[in-house]
Formats: sequence, C-alpha cells, structure tokens
Amino acid sequence: MSAKPEIADFNDLFLSDEYKELLERKKAFEAPCTAAEVEEASAYSKSEAYKEKNFARNSLVVNPAKACQPLGSVMAALGFEKTLPFLHGSQGCTAYFRSHLSRHFKEPVPAVSSSMTEDGAVFGGMRNLIEGLENSVALYKPEMVAVSTTCMAEVIGDDLNAFIETARQEGAVGKDVPIPYANTPSFVGSHITGYDAMLKSILSYLYERSEDVAASSKADFAKLNLILGFEPYTGNFAELKRILSIFGSGYTFLGDQSGNFDSPAAGEYSYYYGGTKLSDVPKAASALGTISLQKYAVKKTLEYIQSGWSQQVVSMPTPIGIRATDRLLAAISEITGLDVPKELTEERGRIVDALTDSHNYLHGKRVALAGDPDLLLGLIGFCLETGMEPVHIVCTNGDKEFQQEAEGLLSSSPYGEEGQVHIGRDLWHMRSLLISDPVDLAIGSSHLKYAAKDANIPLVRLGFPIFDRHHMHRYPIIGYQGTLNVLSLIVNTVLQQLDDQAPEYGFDLVR
Amino acid sequence: MSTDLGSKQNLIDEMLEVYPDKARKDRSKHYEINDENLINCGKCSIKSNMKSRPGVMTVRGCAYAGSKGVVWGPIKDMVHISHGPVGCGQYSWGTRRNYATGTLGVDNFTAMQITSDFQEKDIVFGGDKKLEEICREIKEMFPLAKGISIQSECPVGLIGDDIEAVAKKMTAEIGIPIIPVRCEGFRGVSQSLGHHIANDAIRDFLMGRRELEECGPYDVSIIGDYNIGGDAWASRILLEEMGLRVIAQWSGDGSINELAIAHKSKLNLIHCFRSMNYMCTTMEREYGVPWMEYNFFGPTKTIESLRAIADRFDDHIRDNCEKMIEKYRIQMDAIIGKYRPRLEGKKVMLLIGGLRPRHTIGAYEDLGMEIVAAGYEFGHKDDYTRTFPDLKEGTIIYDDPSAYELEELAQKLDIDLMGAGVKEKYVYHKMGIPFRQMHSWDYSGPYHGFDGFKVFARDMDMTVNSPVWDLLKDPQRKAVSV
Repeated sequence: MSAKPEIADFNDLFLSDEYKELLERKKAFEAPCTAAEVEEASAYSKSEAYKEKNFARNSLVVNPAKACQPLGSVMAALGFEKTLPFLHGSQGCTAYFRSHLSRHFKEPVPAVSSSMTEDGAVFGGMRNLIEGLENSVALYKPEMVAVSTTCMAEVIGDDLNAFIETARQEGAVGKDVPIPYANTPSFVGSHITGYDAMLKSILSYLYERSEDVAASSKADFAKLNLILGFEPYTGNFAELKRILSIFGSGYTFLGDQSGNFDSPAAGEYSYYYGGTKLSDVPKAASALGTISLQKYAVKKTLEYIQSGWSQQVVSMPTPIGIRATDRLLAAISEITGLDVPKELTEERGRIVDALTDSHNYLHGKRVALAGDPDLLLGLIGFCLETGMEPVHIVCTNGDKEFQQEAEGLLSSSPYGEEGQVHIGRDLWHMRSLLISDPVDLAIGSSHLKYAAKDANIPLVRLGFPIFDRHHMHRYPIIGYQGTLNVLSLIVNTVLQQLDDQAPEYGFDLVR
Repeated sequence: MSTDLGSKQNLIDEMLEVYPDKARKDRSKHYEINDENLINCGKCSIKSNMKSRPGVMTVRGCAYAGSKGVVWGPIKDMVHISHGPVGCGQYSWGTRRNYATGTLGVDNFTAMQITSDFQEKDIVFGGDKKLEEICREIKEMFPLAKGISIQSECPVGLIGDDIEAVAKKMTAEIGIPIIPVRCEGFRGVSQSLGHHIANDAIRDFLMGRRELEECGPYDVSIIGDYNIGGDAWASRILLEEMGLRVIAQWSGDGSINELAIAHKSKLNLIHCFRSMNYMCTTMEREYGVPWMEYNFFGPTKTIESLRAIADRFDDHIRDNCEKMIEKYRIQMDAIIGKYRPRLEGKKVMLLIGGLRPRHTIGAYEDLGMEIVAAGYEFGHKDDYTRTFPDLKEGTIIYDDPSAYELEELAQKLDIDLMGAGVKEKYVYHKMGIPFRQMHSWDYSGPYHGFDGFKVFARDMDMTVNSPVWDLLKDPQRKAVSV
C-alpha cells in the first residue's frame, strides 16, 4: 500500500487548535451559560441535595432502561421458522424496532408495518391491515405472520381478530397461513411484556389450530421444552443446545431467535433463518415439561403452558453462575430422568477452578447493576457466590414480585447486605447513586455508559442493548461456560483498571 | 428509448410483478429511468411524498422521527420531551450522532432520553397534568435548560390532550420557552411532515424573537446541517475562513439563541433542503433574508458552492475564497490521487432520506465512482427535479422503495457499494455487497467540506476494497450466487 495521506476523522479533527478556536467563536452566538454556571450546576448535579430531588421525581423519566412492548413482540416472532413480524399501527414504530435490534445484533431485522396514517385514526386500520397482509405475504412469502400492535391501533381500539378474519374472507391471505396476534400497547409494561404476549399468542394459536395433536410420536413425549425468553444473547441458545446434547435429551425450543440474529454471510440473503418449526409447537404440548430460563419475561406464557398444556413448568431467572447452573442441570435431570453427565460435572470443576484463580480480584468489589429483572437476578446470584457485593440495583421494568425476590436473594448472603433494589427507577437515578455512593464496577447495557462515565466507574457491558461493543451477544453468559465468559469480562475489566491506575512501581507484570 | 433504457425498464417491471395488482400499480409510479430529456429539464413524472403501501417493508419512519430525531433533537441547550410512551424516545436516544459541545445533562441535553413514559392511566385520563409536572421537574433537574420542546408521540393526538395550553401555562410559570410540537407519528407519510411541523414550531415560537448585538455585512446562517459526526463544524470552518461570520447553526450543535437570531443573517445557506427549506422561505418572506442551496460533499461541489456563496458578497470574500480553494486543492488532489485509482468505475446505489442521494453524487464522482441507482425515502417533487440533471442517462431513480425492491436491484445491477441506513446494512453484508450507512456515516465522519471529504474517501475505500468480502468465496462451494 502506498503512503497514507493524513486523514483526521471526528476522533482527532476537532481537537486541533483551529477547530477549538472555531468552537470558541461559535459561543458568541449561543448565549451560553458561563463556565462558572456550568461548573456550579455540574457540581450541584452531583450533590446529595440533587440526589434527593432526583429521587423525588414523580413524572419525569430520564434515561430509562426499558423499551416498549412491540419491540419484544418482534423478537418473539423472529423466534419461529419463516415468520414475518407484522406491526399494526404507524410505520415509524417498525422502523425503530428494526434499527434498535439491528444496532444490538448487527443483523438484519425483517418486519413490516400496516403504515397507518391520519385517516386510520378516523376510519380505523382495517384496510391497512388487510392490504398489508396481502402485500407482505406476496413479497416476503412467510409461513406465518405474527401480528402485534403499536400505540395508534391500541388507542383507537382496532379489533385484530375481526380484521384478520375479514382479510381471510376477502382472500387477501390464504387460510393456510397462520396469523397469531397479540395486543402490545407501549403504554403498558415494557419490551418483556410484549415478548411474553406474542410468544403466548404464537404457542396457543399454533396449538389450538392444530388438528392432530395426538399424532405426536413417542419421541415427542420424551422431549423437553426450553424457553429463553427476551434473549439478547444468541450464544445462550448455542450453549443451552450444547448442554442438552451432552445430556442426550431431545428438546424443542419454544422460540429460538438465534438463527435470525446470527445468520451467515454466504452471498445471499433469505429473510428467514432458523427458528422453532411451526409443526413442533403442537407436539411440544406432549413434552415432558418446560424449563424457562427467564421468569419475569414470560409470566403469561408459562401460565398458559402450565394450564393449557397441563405440563410441568420450571422457571428460573437467567442462570448465570455455578449454583444457578447447578439448578438448571438439576431441573433438566429431574424432568428428563437423565443423570447430569460427567462431562458437565467436569466442566463445572474447570469453571470453579477459574473462579478460584480470580477470586482475589473479585472479592469485596462493590458493583452496581441495571437491566431486565431476570438478568439482574442472575447477576446478583453470580456476585454473591464470588464475593462481589451488589450495591445499587436499578430495574426500570421490575415489579414488586421481582423486588421481593431480589431482596430475598440479597439477604441470603453477607455479600448482599448493602444491596438496594430500585424498581421503576431510571439510569438518571442510577447516576445519582453511583456518584453519591461510588462502586468499583457498573454492570449493564450500553445505555449505562453515560452514568458510569459521570461517576468515573468502569462499565461491564451485559444485557440489552449493547450498541457500542461488537459480538458480545455471540458469547453465552449462561451455564458454566457462560459463567466463565462473565467472569472473564469482569475480572479483566478489574485488571485493566489496575493497570490504568497503577503507580509506577506497581505496574505489575503478573497479576 | 434506447436498448439500455428499455432493458432497465424491463428489469423494474419484472421486479414489480410479484406485487398484488394495487400495490404494483402504485409502486410502478415511483420509478423513472433518467434520460437526456430529464437531464435537461428535470421535469420528471416520478410519484413521491405519497403513502407507503402497507406491508411492503418501507424504509421510512414517521413524523416524530423527523421532528425529534432530526430537527429539534440536536438543539443542545433545550430539553426535548418524548411525550407519550417510552419507546420512541428510547429508540432515538443517542443514535443519530448529531454532535454538540457542552456537558451532557448539565448544559447539553442531546444524547438523553427524556420521556413522559405514558402508562395506561395517562391514556385514559389524559397526560396534560403529568406534562405540567414534568416541566417543573425538568426545571429542577436541569436548571440550565434554556427551553423545553414537547415532541408528541402517537397517543397524544389521539386522546385529545391540549399540550399547547400546558406549554403556555408552564412557559409563564417556569420562565423558559416551552414549545409544543404536534409531530405524532401517524401524521403525514414519512419523516418529512415531521420536519415541516418542527419548522413551523420554530417559526411560531422562536424565529425572530431575539436580536443580534452587532450585525455585520458577512453574517450568514447554516440551515439544515445536523452536525452528524461534526459535519457542520467542518463546513463552518470554510465559511469563516473566507471571511463570513456564521451567526447560527440550524440545528446541529445549535442553541435556542441561534434559532432566535438567524433572521439577522444577510444570507441563509441551506444544506438539507428537504428538512428546512420551509424556514428559508419563511425568513425570506418575513425578514427579507435571501437564501441559497449549497453542497459541501466532495471537492468539486464544495468548490462550486464556495464560489457561488462568495459571489453573493464582495471581492474581499471572493479573493479569500479563491485563496482558500487553492490551499485545499493540493490536499484534495492528494486524496483523489490515492483513492480514485482504487475506486474508479465502482457502481454505487443509494437510498437515503431527502438530500444525500443527490448531494453525494459529486463526491462519488470525484472518486471516479458511478451512481447507477438512487432515490429518496421521503423526497418530494422538488427534490427529484433537482436530482435528474445530476445523474447520468440510464440511472434508475426510485422513490420509497421497499426492502425487497432494493435487494433485487442491488443484485441485478451488480453494484459495488450500497449506501443506505442501519436497517438495510446487514442484509448487504449477507449478500457480500459492500455497504456504508449514509445517515450516521457508519459511526465515522465528518463528510462535509474538505476535511470531511478526506474521511469520506478513506471510508468508501476501506469498505469497497476490504479483503473481508473475498472471504465470502468459500472454496468448499462451487460458486457464491449473488
């Protein structure tokens, strides 16, 4: 390659004197606050008085750690084979869901909208839904269309059932195309609520429309159903499949978005990759039981499986850590009647070994956690078993039940003594917490980076969304192997910080 | 019609065959192939700014995205409330890269998600009381905020809230401008109406409201530059270097004061015509401020624009302008010398908002690249008439194409580079087609001005010529079908 001409991009360009002066000159027209005012306000924003006011907020929400229902319904739909997510409402919502998920997974996210406009507010969205079904089936040839709603359709009260029926009567869409639907208003719950609603709808719809459930084979009765829920880690699917194949257990994933969110670059694009086979859903009703690796994200789905399929259901928060994985393996063993394989017991030993190697860098580390309820419970458990101390736990979309469970978990260990669980709070609250009572590490999504920066606390990115680091979702965080990944992330962040802050004499080669 | 044009028309017709009748008829009106006639007169018949067909996977967004995401969001010293449920604000939080100086959360509120997080009770009983309280709480939490904008999400307009009354009451109570913006997502057919509504709100609440202490003969404003990756800064530096004084930036790295003083400009310079032309015509009508379009993508267009701008002033400015062009020409020649041989003849396809598909043509051409198909998500007739003359004969022009159409065309035209947004990006990676995000500059930039062109050239080269694309050719497989 020839010599490179000097090229400065935004990282360096605007730090040059020329640009610094330019920005200084611009201030003359901004009527800006004085440096003293900014300094004062900045200091105030880091004060105890500010924290008090911050926690007294009733209505204003700043930097929440949650998204809205239909984002979850899109993810749920993409967990099924050749399924097109269809959002009934304004079209901008769909553009947002697609970009949001793409930014996390670095993958395409096919989804269509019924593109309702002002006249829809007057006449309802039936014509949009019918034409939308006709067009999307013609263009994208899905085997199933999973319909959910965005605000507009919910506020005006569109009747999805009647509209879909009309679409079929008019011949816009064939009788053979299953069209489960879910109401997913963004002004109720969060993305996990929408995931739950769509998953439940898909499972119940496919089960109920199937005529020959009795056709389940012997093998189907010996299978295990697995649910990963609103799962931003494609690596978790691979890890759980690996565990099950070591067990030698047959299984069906009820929702597996890992194909769609981790498809190969091989020269062509086909819209649909992997996913739970539609025909496997009715058969899953005959399975031995269902294990769900999220509880709070799939509440209604689990209720349905328990009552509708009369099946044993075991649910647990995201199994991060040794003990949580022990419980997962025990559950698999109990339902399938298979012993925990030696290979996994040995793996357990290796990961415990890794934890013993690193314990001295984890012990007593005070951490702050933010994320979805199931992830937080998994992380709290991991912290407690490694001697880390969860201090601030913010769960914007957590309910009272979550709070009780989290507090119960914290009180089960001396390392949980300081832990405070804040439900319904946002990352601006977290900012105050991190500043007034600093911790060693913050753990959460990319959205936590602002608060962590203001408090000068290193951030370990775990959860959703992760926009500013690549490929983290490809590595599992569940099971023994996932525990190793979580451990590596955390301990190496601690070690990096030791290097960054080391005094000259203490810049150690061996740690 | 020449054979080439005929075959391209066939390609489009065949591609659209898969659509049901109604949608096919509609979609076929959103295509036109450039020919000599269109190049000369620009009078095209392509349909634009119409409703997207439901279910086709349009690339478009909504009015809220146009107002909060594009026009208002970059105003750094105001707090912008995403008024309604949590999602809209969450998805548009910090993703547009409209850079601004200041301390985030203290005197700069751009990369923040401030929302009223509507719950069911707010839908049932209305959100006006909550909005009042939110304004008070913003004043408490962000004492240096110079204003508040209320960016309406869908439910607000459907449940009959009176945000205008709340804004009026709370402006009086807390003493900073509070601006209601009726940009509910269901309004209009794309982001475009949101731009217009946002412009109207600027006109009604801020434009012309403040005076400039000292006016000068060379005062200009930059209109419609959102400072993506620092674009507006890389533009401003050129205008200042030739002796002009930029008194306002709308709206990248902008401030409420700049919105209120821009009417004192001697000349308004508009980059993104689509999203802010309304304000130029308004300021011309109400304050007699003339305006002109300019294009700072690529040296050819940048130099052309700089000269055209200088021509609106005097010899002093014209001399400065020529001196500056000479200075940068050496740098630009070096860049072109390095990158043009690597990019010569590469075929490019573009689908971007309402400006860049035409504005970046020159920059690609400076690098020897050829645009084979281009179009807008939300362009209007006046954008298309400006586009045809800038493109070669045989170029396919489309309006609001679906994901399916873009993918078909990209393959049939055997392109070397696709420029669109994040929703499109990863599809092209699967297909092995080099792709650049042309909204966010793919987390790079700036692309405006001479400094920006260096980055643009580097980026196009790294993407088109990256060895990673060769890895798609799996030796175990006979051929990779594209």
